[in-house]
Parts: sequence; structure tokens; C-alpha cells
Amino acid sequence: MRKIRVEEITKEVSKMCIKANCDLSEDVLKQIESFKENEKSPIGKDILEKILLNADIASEKQVPICQDTGMAVFFVEIGDRVNIKGNIKKAINEGVRQGYKDGFLRKSVVKDPLIRDNTKDNTPAIIHYDFVEGDKITIHFAPKGFGSENMGKLKMLKPSDGIDGVKDFVLDTVNKAGPNACPPLVVGVGIGGTMEKACLLAKKALFRDLNSYNEKKHIKDLEHELLLKINDLGIGPQGLGGRTTALKVNVETFPTHIAGLPVAVNLNCHVARHLTVEI
Amino acid sequence: MKEININTPLTLDKVKNLKAGDRVYITGTLYTARDAAHKRLVESIKEGKELPFDVKNSIIYYVGPSPSKPGEVIGSAGPTTSYRMDDYTKDLLNLGLKGMIGKGKRSEDVVKSIVKNKAVYFAAIGGAAALISKSIKSSEIIAYDDLATEAIRKLYVKDFPAIVVVDSEGNNLYNIEVQKYKK
Ligand code: SF4
Repeated sequence: MRKIRVEEITKEVSKMCIKANCDLSEDVLKQIESFKENEKSPIGKDILEKILLNADIASEKQVPICQDTGMAVFFVEIGDRVNIKGNIKKAINEGVRQGYKDGFLRKSVVKDPLIRDNTKDNTPAIIHYDFVEGDKITIHFAPKGFGSENMGKLKMLKPSDGIDGVKDFVLDTVNKAGPNACPPLVVGVGIGGTMEKACLLAKKALFRDLNSYNEKKHIKDLEHELLLKINDLGIGPQGLGGRTTALKVNVETFPTHIAGLPVAVNLNCHVARHLTVEI
Repeated sequence: MKEININTPLTLDKVKNLKAGDRVYITGTLYTARDAAHKRLVESIKEGKELPFDVKNSIIYYVGPSPSKPGEVIGSAGPTTSYRMDDYTKDLLNLGLKGMIGKGKRSEDVVKSIVKNKAVYFAAIGGAAALISKSIKSSEIIAYDDLATEAIRKLYVKDFPAIVVVDSEGNNLYNIEVQKYKK
């Protein structure tokens, strides 16, 4: 068994919060760059240029790319040969507390959804745990802004709705979001499982690298086709028209019940922050 | 596409000159307000209380900035999604609010009220928050301090970049432009 002290986790999480919010990852930057070359709309092209310029400024000054530094979402994979010394949930939340304070990141969390007092330290984080083989802990982090989060949707389709039903639902969700989710988007789609599993899959899809594809051929094809169809909607950068509505569609699937076909769509904006660290 | 420099206050003659699609650079005063501040502003209006700033001919910027680093005027400060303010907007437009800066669609009701009151809705680039901050030269909290990022700030901006989305005649740039690129 490999021992990992929780202080180490806190330290890593704190650093991740700052880095993810100030440095847009290479995969996202490259994708924006390549779409910019092909953007036909003059307004759209100008916006993509400004978005890239903004990322440069943020990285250089180490300030947040976007003022909405999100709710802190984690997927944590814990190896079966790891012995954690202390409470991992507390450790991650402490890391968020420190990172959001030290990095001058915005505290955007309210304690109660109806009373709405700010917790003033951006906790609690949303943490999903998974147990895997090995002697490491892998922490995937994404600060999730709510302009895009608010435009997400879940639908419990019938099995007979099939793949066409899935496509229609994804396109409809992106179309209804229009300019609100800060396009160009990264579109996360979860298909299968139960109600909550589909949502979790859609969220997980947003953590994937933009250069990755689903391993299953029919799902990879679906990712590809959905991206083309979404970009035919004409919504464009910031919803002001153009051919760049989404940078990537990532789809994740899971076995489901004979009676169901759950589909969830989780949208991310062009500030598609995601970062992974292994401890 | 026209490029227009405007100075606040945003008087009627200036509003009438702005058309959907115009690129504007705003110099002068903006007031920040988002969800929680709007709720309080409109409650004050209903209770007949005085508002923390004169709404007439002013521009509200929908933003909740990140904290400023030492030596900086403000943190990152891009627009937030506007539709969440729709329920409160009519009351402010009726008091003479002339401009709003945000991102995303407005309700039909708000667009009607923009036309009726001869106002204008601008969009700034959502997510370009570090870039936009460069045009903010001073920032001072003038009300609702307890709301932290959601407090009302008086900003002085120079050449703040925005685009006219809904003009005082109700033309809507979102609808116009998307049609051109739809397949
Ligand atoms: S949707 Fe994304 S880019 Fe837009 S304001 Fe929110 S976090 Fe920023």
C-alpha cells in the first residue's frame, strides 16, 4: 500500500484551481485557433481573435480567463493500493478554499439554493469518486461556469426514439441555448444509465481532451456528425452568427434499462477549463 | 459595420443613433448589477425608496467581477447572461435606464420595453473577461457591500468594447446574423 497524506492532496488541488482558471489548456486553444481560420463571419472571426487574445492576457497576468471561476467540480480516481492518511473530502475542499483565495478567484457558491447567502470561499466542491486499480490518486478538475451550466438538459427518451431521437435532442438543446452559454461550446453528451448517471456521463464528457474520441466506432461517428450538424445551426461565436458554434462534441455511454434511453447534454463555454493531476 | 464612440450619460439622441450591429466603444460611467442587486433595486422601487444611483440615462453592466489583485483596479470582469435580469428590467427601463450590457437573449417583454422606452441592449464578449478589464479605469462599491461580487459598483471605463444587439427600434442582431450562416 502506498501512503498519501491529505496535505499533499490539498496542496495539489489549490494549485490546480489557480492554474485551470488562468491558463486555458493547449487542446482548447488549438481548436479555437483552427476554427478561427475557417470562420466566414467577420463578427465571428473577430470574436475568436479576441477570445485568444484574452487567454494570452489571462495567462500572462495570471488572472482568471473568465470572471466566473465556476463551481469546483472534481472526478477523483482512487487506486486500490493507496492508503489515504486523513479525510479526502475535507482535503479537497480545503484545497478549493485556499486556491480560490490565493488565486483571487471569484467565490460563486451560495449556502442554500433558496436563501442564497454566499459561502465566501467557493466551497463546497462537487466531488465524484471512482475506485480503480493502482497505487495513485488521479484528480480531474473543472471549474464550471453557470452561463453554460444553466443551459444543460436531460431527457428520458424511449428506446424507439433511437439515435435520431438523441441527435434531435442534442441539436435542440444547443439551439435553445443560442448565445447564452458563450459559444463556441464544448458539448458533453451522456447516453444511457439512469437519470443521474446520464448527467454524470455528460459532465465527464466535458473533462475529456478535445483531441480525444470515444473508443466505440458508432459513438465516435456520432460525435463527428453532431459537431457538423451543430455548426450548421449558424449560431456562431457568442451567438452573433457564424460557422463556429461548437469546438467539439464528446459523447459518453453506459449500459441502460430495457425500457429506457436517458440522454443528458451538459454544455461548456469556450473557456472550457479542465485539468488532471496524478498523485 | 459602423464603429461609434459614445460617452455617458446615454441620452436619447445617442440611443437613436445606435443600430443593431454597430460596434461601440463606451467611455464614462457604468453601474454594475447582477441577480441579487437587481432583486434589491426592484424591491426598493416597489417600496418607493431611493435608489443608490440615478438610473436615468445610465448604463447597467451585468457583471460580477473576480477579486482584484493587489495594485489592480478590478479583477476579470466579463458580462454575465442577461435573461436572468429580464424579470427586473422593465421597472428600470421605465425609470429611464438607457443601456444594458450583458450577453445572451432577452425576453420578448424586455425587447418591447426597450422599444417603448427607447433604450439599447449591448453585448460584450462572454468569457473575454481579462481583456475587457483593461478598459475599466476605476471601480468603487456604492451599494450592497454585503453582496460581495454582486455589490453595485460604479465603474469608470474608457473605450469599453461592446456591440449593439437590440436597438431602440427592436432590431435584433442575434436573429439577423444567425440566419446568414444557418444551413
Ligand atoms: S459561460 Fe463560460 S465564458 Fe461565459 S461567462 Fe460563464 S464561465 Fe465565462
